[in-house]
Amino acid sequence: MSSDARSARWAWLAVAGLSVFIAAFAIGCGSSDSSDSTSAGGEMLTDVGKGEGELNLICWPSYCEDGSTDPDVDWISDFEKQTGCQVNVKIGNTSDEMVQLMRTGQYDGVSASGDATLRLIDGGDVAPVNTDLVPNYADIFPGLKDQPFNSVDGQMYGIPHGRGGNLLMWNTDEVKPDPTSWSAVFDPNQAAKQKGHVTAYDSPIYIADAALYLMAHQPDLGITNPYELDEDQFNAAIDLLKQQREFIGEYWSDYAKQIQSFANGDTTVGTTWPYQYLALQAEGDPVKTTIPEEGSTGWSDTWMISSEAQHPNCMYMWMNHITEPQVQADVAEWFGEAPANSKACEPQYLKKGPFPDVKHCEKYDASGEKYLDDLYYWTTPVSDCGDDRGDVCKTYDDWVQGWTEVKG
Amino acid sequence: MGHRLADLFHGRPRLQAGALLAGPVGWLVIGYLGSLAILLIASFWTLGELSGEVERSFTLDNFKTIVDDSVYRTVTLRTVGIAAAVTVTDALLALPLAFYMAKVAKPSRQSLLVVAVLVPLWSSYLVKAFAWRTILSEDGILNWALDPLGLSGPGYGTLAVWLVMSYIWLPYMIIPIYAGFDRIPDSVLSASEDLGAKAWITFRRVIWPLVFPAIVAGSIFTFSLTLGDFIAPTLVSSTQFIGTVVKSTITTNLPLAAAYSIVPILIMIVYLLIARRLGAFEHV
Repeated sequence: MSSDARSARWAWLAVAGLSVFIAAFAIGCGSSDSSDSTSAGGEMLTDVGKGEGELNLICWPSYCEDGSTDPDVDWISDFEKQTGCQVNVKIGNTSDEMVQLMRTGQYDGVSASGDATLRLIDGGDVAPVNTDLVPNYADIFPGLKDQPFNSVDGQMYGIPHGRGGNLLMWNTDEVKPDPTSWSAVFDPNQAAKQKGHVTAYDSPIYIADAALYLMAHQPDLGITNPYELDEDQFNAAIDLLKQQREFIGEYWSDYAKQIQSFANGDTTVGTTWPYQYLALQAEGDPVKTTIPEEGSTGWSDTWMISSEAQHPNCMYMWMNHITEPQVQADVAEWFGEAPANSKACEPQYLKKGPFPDVKHCEKYDASGEKYLDDLYYWTTPVSDCGDDRGDVCKTYDDWVQGWTEVKG
Repeated sequence: MGHRLADLFHGRPRLQAGALLAGPVGWLVIGYLGSLAILLIASFWTLGELSGEVERSFTLDNFKTIVDDSVYRTVTLRTVGIAAAVTVTDALLALPLAFYMAKVAKPSRQSLLVVAVLVPLWSSYLVKAFAWRTILSEDGILNWALDPLGLSGPGYGTLAVWLVMSYIWLPYMIIPIYAGFDRIPDSVLSASEDLGAKAWITFRRVIWPLVFPAIVAGSIFTFSLTLGDFIAPTLVSSTQFIGTVVKSTITTNLPLAAAYSIVPILIMIVYLLIARRLGAFEHV
């Protein structure tokens, strides 16, 4: 009995000690470095020296191929030979994941979409880029330079990589006739036909897809930009997504899982990236895609350099390498997107890519003349609505919360 | 030097014990409790609006969100529900099997059965979870086998999670119960029979009280492992559980994820206190 009482006393002492330790730690953290969270980011490089022998990248799937997926698809081995920079690739499946990985400070660079770029710039995680040190920057489409998502006050924070739209994909054996509108996944009457087989992208940013649909189908909500949603508009989008939840088989964020789901028939209709479509098509699976009549959300990606990069020279060399015309043509054909380098659209390069097609740039509207400029590119929602509504818009925090509620 | 060290420890049992335990206890306090402490601290922080970066200023908002927002309650209840369902399922499956292993099977077959129960633990958790993803798929073997009967499998969803979790954690229930049965001397069962008890009475009045602490011990594994799992649920469903919510929130709102992960810790503390009451730790 007495030993029991003694051990109980010890347990209480331990707990008390631990709480004191925690409290001290919390106070210490609270008072220190709260000021450096908004630092301006690292220094800009003035010249590119010798490679540091290594390079750690965070890439969207299929942006960094070294021949391990397909021996003919390889734009890393040459780079390693030329520069001596050994490339280590970490795949990111969502922008949120990429931002979090960048914040570890263990990576030199990232292929960031518009919803990650601003967060990284604002958090001081990436450094401004000296475009003079990247010769291929000169050939980048002018429409991609000095954009709000990749620059601040005329200073570039990265090198544009490529862009494209999220597609509606469907299984042609199951979904008839061919859908032309996002109502295939949002209109309850139509989605019900594929109940349990509809898919959607598992990220808060998918709320914009619902908002885009409402923009066309419920004009009285007055949505002008799917990333600038006030309370009513946001709630309408969330309600639509909750309604869609009933028809969802599974949400996807891992592209490989989505390919498998479409191939097995677990998923028959939903949003996708061109990469999954091309992969399924190459396997002979009965799938088709379209950019529906409402338009679509999309991505415009930028190579950014970490403000804590341990291999900045290698990163600059990489930014130039990945924007070489031939590499751009290769990546664009492999992933299924519009290249950022205008020269990549020349037939000599397109002919040598993994899916040779001299019309690739026309098909993906690389110059942005047909539809590419009308896409709503992923960006980070902030409270400032960007118009006379003022600071009443839902922030990304709310979007994250909303997405958890949608999934229930 | 060596001599001096030996002299130092000679006749000082407390110092000896202290030096021996310093390593493991240090690891436990700094590595294990320390990381839990940091988790607890992070749950009081907040996020910058645009950068989404963690700002270290004290707030209780995260806990407020978890309490006020109904979705977190729903997810918590669902997770506890599935953990309980998996535990009960595994207990029902494990009881007869463990009884057979410990009391009925011949000694040679006994060890064979123990190996058979343990073998699945040799293959990776991920392999087993992915295998179930393939089995339950629309084109999978389950639907193929059920199709001639005019039936179809459960598909992906909560039911699939229950099935997969029950499968994966079953050995953790069988082994403690098997050990529990093994500790009951055969003579006790014979005595019960000699005194005129029927099989059911023997089970209820003799076996059950003796083996119950073992079931509770096994349930700690199945319950806690299901409670925190986030991999299998994402592979065979899109349903949210505590683990999957924490996993997806950790990339978007670390403080909120930290606050929410306190919930399963509290649940487990309560569970362990109850288990202790029921005597689960007395023979382990």
